Amino acid sequence: MGTVSGTDSARECRVLRVAGPLVELEYVGGTAMYDLVSLGEAGLPGEVVAVSGNVVTVQAYEHTGGLAPGHRARPLGRPLSVRLGPELLGGIYDGLLRPLSDSGDWLLPGAHEGHGAAHSWWFIPRAVGQQQVTEGTVVGEIRAAGPVPVRVLVPPGCHGRVSRLAAEGRYPGDAVLAVVDGTEIKMGTSWPIRRPRPARERVTADAPLSTGQRAIDLLFPVARGSTVAVPGGFGTGKTMLLQQIAKWCDADVIVYVGCGERGNEMADVITELSALEDPRTGGRLADRTVTIANTSNMPMMAREASVHTGATVAEYFRDMGLDVVVIADSTSRWAEALREFASRTGELPAEEGYPAGLASAIAAFYERAAAVTTLGGAQGSVTVIGAVSPPGGDMTEPVTAHTERFVRCLWALDRDLAYARHYPAISWSGSFSRDATVLADPAQAERRGHVAALLAEADRLADLVDLVGITALPDQERVSVLAGRLMREGVLQQSALSARDAYCAQEKTAALVDAVLAVVEECRGLVDSGIPAATLEEVDFAPVIRVREETGPHEAAAVAERRDAVLARLRELR
Amino acid sequence: MTAIGEIEYTDVRELRGPLVVIGGVAGVGWDEFVRIDCDVGESGERRHGLVLEVNRDLAVVQVLEDTSGMDPERVRVSFAGAPLRVPVGPGWLGRVCNGRGEPVDGGPPVFGPTSAAVGGSPINPVRREPPGDPVLTGVGVVDALTTLVRGQKLPVFSAAGLPHLELATQIAAQSTVRGEPFSVVFAGMGLTHADATFIRDALEERSAAGELVLLLNTADDPVIERILAPRLALTVAEYLAYEEGRHALVVMTDMTAYAEALREVSAARGEVPARRAYPGYLYSDLASLYERCGRIRGRPGSVTVLPVLTMPANDITHPVPDLTGYITEGQIVLWHEAHAQGVYPPVDALSSLSRLMRKGAGPGRTRADHLDVAAQLLAALARARQVRELADLVGRSALSATDTRYLDLADRFLHHFMAQRMDEARPLDEALERAWQVLLTLPRSQLAMLPTELIDAHHSPEAKEQDG
Repeated sequence: MGTVSGTDSARECRVLRVAGPLVELEYVGGTAMYDLVSLGEAGLPGEVVAVSGNVVTVQAYEHTGGLAPGHRARPLGRPLSVRLGPELLGGIYDGLLRPLSDSGDWLLPGAHEGHGAAHSWWFIPRAVGQQQVTEGTVVGEIRAAGPVPVRVLVPPGCHGRVSRLAAEGRYPGDAVLAVVDGTEIKMGTSWPIRRPRPARERVTADAPLSTGQRAIDLLFPVARGSTVAVPGGFGTGKTMLLQQIAKWCDADVIVYVGCGERGNEMADVITELSALEDPRTGGRLADRTVTIANTSNMPMMAREASVHTGATVAEYFRDMGLDVVVIADSTSRWAEALREFASRTGELPAEEGYPAGLASAIAAFYERAAAVTTLGGAQGSVTVIGAVSPPGGDMTEPVTAHTERFVRCLWALDRDLAYARHYPAISWSGSFSRDATVLADPAQAERRGHVAALLAEADRLADLVDLVGITALPDQERVSVLAGRLMREGVLQQSALSARDAYCAQEKTAALVDAVLAVVEECRGLVDSGIPAATLEEVDFAPVIRVREETGPHEAAAVAERRDAVLARLRELR
Repeated sequence: MTAIGEIEYTDVRELRGPLVVIGGVAGVGWDEFVRIDCDVGESGERRHGLVLEVNRDLAVVQVLEDTSGMDPERVRVSFAGAPLRVPVGPGWLGRVCNGRGEPVDGGPPVFGPTSAAVGGSPINPVRREPPGDPVLTGVGVVDALTTLVRGQKLPVFSAAGLPHLELATQIAAQSTVRGEPFSVVFAGMGLTHADATFIRDALEERSAAGELVLLLNTADDPVIERILAPRLALTVAEYLAYEEGRHALVVMTDMTAYAEALREVSAARGEVPARRAYPGYLYSDLASLYERCGRIRGRPGSVTVLPVLTMPANDITHPVPDLTGYITEGQIVLWHEAHAQGVYPPVDALSSLSRLMRKGAGPGRTRADHLDVAAQLLAALARARQVRELADLVGRSALSATDTRYLDLADRFLHHFMAQRMDEARPLDEALERAWQVLLTLPRSQLAMLPTELIDAHHSPEAKEQDG
C-alpha cells in the first residue's frame, strides 16, 4: 500500500472520537466510502466505513493508543490498495501487504512502510514495439527467484500501441518497462483490495486440484477455481491439514493467509516452507508461496483486511494465467473482527452479536474464487480454502452455518476421529463435494461410490456393535465392519509427519483403494463358501494397512504386490 | 509509573460501575493512563484509571480501584498523555505485589532501570524463533506426557473442586530449565484470601531465592485490577526474558476470573454482548495475553505461559476454555475421576496434549526414548479405557488375559506413575522409568510402538516369566 503519509489530498480534518480501532472524523468533503485516511501525526492508516451527516467513521488498521480528539486526519482520496509485484513470491507480509521482514522484533504502530522498489529484477520483453495490444496482453516476463513465471500485463482498461518497450535486462522494481497509449506499465501494479480484478469471463471449474491428501482427492475432490470450507473445533488438526495442502497441492502459487493465527505456528510455517522442496519443480516451496501473517495479537482490523488482501494477490497471479490457491486460516477470526467493529459502531446485532451483513460478507469473499479466461485470453483460477473455527464445535453457529451455504466443498473435521488419532480427521459423513460429479472420470466415480457405500455401511454397523457386540452380527456384516476398518486405516489415514506418505499421487490412492476393495471382495467370497468371519478377523492384514506408509507417493505397483500377498494368504483359508 | 500531566479536570458527568465520564477534556488520547484524586469521606485518596474512549470533549475512564465512595463534585482527574507504563527490571524478583503492581510485602515501591507499556507490542512473526527445549516442571505426568516447551502457551483446564491451584503452585515452585537462568512470574486473579496465603507460603522459598515475582489479586480487590494483573506479569516477564536472557515462566490463574472481570467492564460500558454475554472481542483479548509467549531470534531468553482456568460446570465448550483452546498450543486437563480416587495430580492424560512436545522432548532435548514411551503409554491408556467400558458391561471375569493386563496398567498408571506428593520434584528420568514399569505390565506383544532393543533393556526377568 506504499505510504499513507503522502500528500494525495490537501484537505485535513479533525478527529472527533476514538474507541479502540473505531475513529470518527468530521466530514470535510472529498471523503468517499472505503477511502484511505491517514490518522494523527503518526499517519496511522484507516479506512472509511460509514459517512453519516457530518461524521465519517473510520476503522483504523493500527493500535490507536494516544490518538485524541482534535488530532489531524487526512483523507487520501483513494481506496485501500496494495502493491502487487514479483517480490511477493517467497515474502511474508502483514494484513495490508507490508513486508514483515523489514520490521524489527516488535511491531510498532506506523513503523513499517513501503516495499518492492528496492529490489531489481531481470525483465524479458515478450511484446514488440508498435504492437497493438489490449488489456491483459503480456508485455514481458520477469525472472523471479522461483519457478513461477511472473508476467507483466497491460493493465485493465488500457489498449493501444506499445510506444516504448524496455530491452531485456535488470531493472529496479519501480522502473517503467513499457508505455501503451500514454499509460506507463511498471513491473508492479497497485490494486484496491476490495475490488475483484476483472477477467474476460468466468468459466466452469472442471479441472481437478490435486491436494495429495487421499481423503480429499478420493472422496471430496475440489476443482481449480472452486471454494472449500474446513470447519473443525480446536485440536482437530485444521491447521495441519491446511499446511499439508499448502505444501503439496499442484497449484502454481499459494497465498497463505494466517488470519488471527498463533504466532508460533506462523513461525513454523515460515521455517518449514523455506526448508521444503517443491516435488514438482525442485525449487523451494517458499518461492511459490505468498505468506500473509496477521497473528491473533496483531491489530484487529488489519485481520479483517487480510483476507481481501490475500484474494487480491491471488487474482494478480491468476491474471498471468496461473492456478492459485488462497488458504485462509481462520475465517472465523476474520468474522470476529467484523463483529467487534460492528459492536463498536453500535450497529444492530443479528445472530450472536454478528452484524446482519455477515452472510453477504462471507459470500462476497468466497465469490472471489473463480476459474476464468483472463483479459489476455489465458486460463487461470483462484481456489479459496477457508478454515472455520466453530466455537465449542457448534456447527450451527452463524459463521459455520452461513459458510456451508456458499461453498462448493466442505471438509468437516471430526473431533472423535481426531481423538482416535485418525488424521486427517475429515468426516466422511459430514463432508461434501459438489465438484465431485464434474471432476470424476467414470473409474474414479465408481471407486468413490464403492468407498462411500462401504464406509456408510460400516458406520451403521458400528452403532449396532456398540449395543450387541460384534459376535451377534451375521458373518457378511462382520466382513463389512472389517472392510470399514481396512478402508479407514489403510487408505484414509495419512500422516503429515511421514517421510513417504505426507503426499500421495492419484495412482497410489487408486491402487490402495483397489487393494482394500479386492481384499474385501475375497473375504465376502470366503464367507459365502462357509469360512467363519471370526477366522477372517484373525488374519494379519498389516501388509495392506502399512503399505501406505512403506511406499513412496507414486509406487502403485508396490501396493499391488502387498495386495496379492494378502489375497494369497486369504485363499489359503479355503 | 507513568508521569502525569499538570492539568486537572473536575467536570465529572457520570459515574457508573467502574467507569467515570469526564467532560471538557482536550487533547486526551485513547488508552492513556489517568490519575484520579478524590475525597472519600473525610480523607483524600489517589486512584488510577485508563481511558476507554474519547468522544469530542468527553473521556470515558475505567477506574482501577473501583468508584466506590466517589462523589462527582469531589473528584480531580489528570491524564498522563501516554498509555500505562510500569518500571521493569530485576527489581521485581522476590517481590509480592497486588494486581496493580503495588507492593503488599511491606517493601518499597518497585523501581527498574527502564519502563515498558503494559499493553506490550505484538512480536513480529518473522522474528519469532519456533519454541524448543523443555521447561521441566518436576511433575512427572506433565513432563513425561505433555512436555512444556520454552516459548509455548499451555493452559491447565480444571473445574471447581479440583487441585489446579496446587498444581499451578507446584509447577511455579519447582520448574527448572537445566541450569540456565530461570524466573517465574505468578499472577493470581480473583483469589480467595486463603488461596493467596497458600500461594505465598508455597512459593516462599522460590521468592526468597530471587526467582519469583508474585502478583496477587484477591476476589475482593477491584475487578479492573484483575484485567491489569496478567498484563503486568507479562510485561515484567518480557523484560526478564528478552532483555536479561532469562527463561521466564508466567503462571496466570484463574483466567475464568479474568474473563468475568472483562465481561463486567464490558457490560458497564453497554457493549453488545456475544456468546454467554462475554464481549465479542474476548478472543482477541485473550490472544493479546497468550500470544506474548515465545522466543525471538537472536535473543537468549523465552516467555512460557501457563494459564489456569476453571471450566464453569465442567463445560469445555464454555467460551473461556473454548477460545483459549483455539489460541494455546495444547492443554492439560484435570479429571474428577482420578481426583475422586485420591490421586494427585489428577491429570486426564488422554484429553491432555502438548502440541509442541516434539520440539521440546526426545533425543538431544530430554531422553532418546521419551517420545516413544509417551506415545506407547497413551495408546495403552486409550485401549485400557475401552477395556474398562467393556468390563463394566460384561464383567471383569469375561475379559481376555491381555485385556485384564490393560486394567492393571490403568491402575498402576494412576498410582505408580501419576501420583506424587505436592512437594515432590520428580526428575524426568524417574518419571520415564516409572512409565516403563507401568508399560511392562503388558506383554511384549502389546508394545509395538517401542523399539525391540529398548524393551530388552528394560524388561526385567520377572516380567519375562509372566510373558512366558
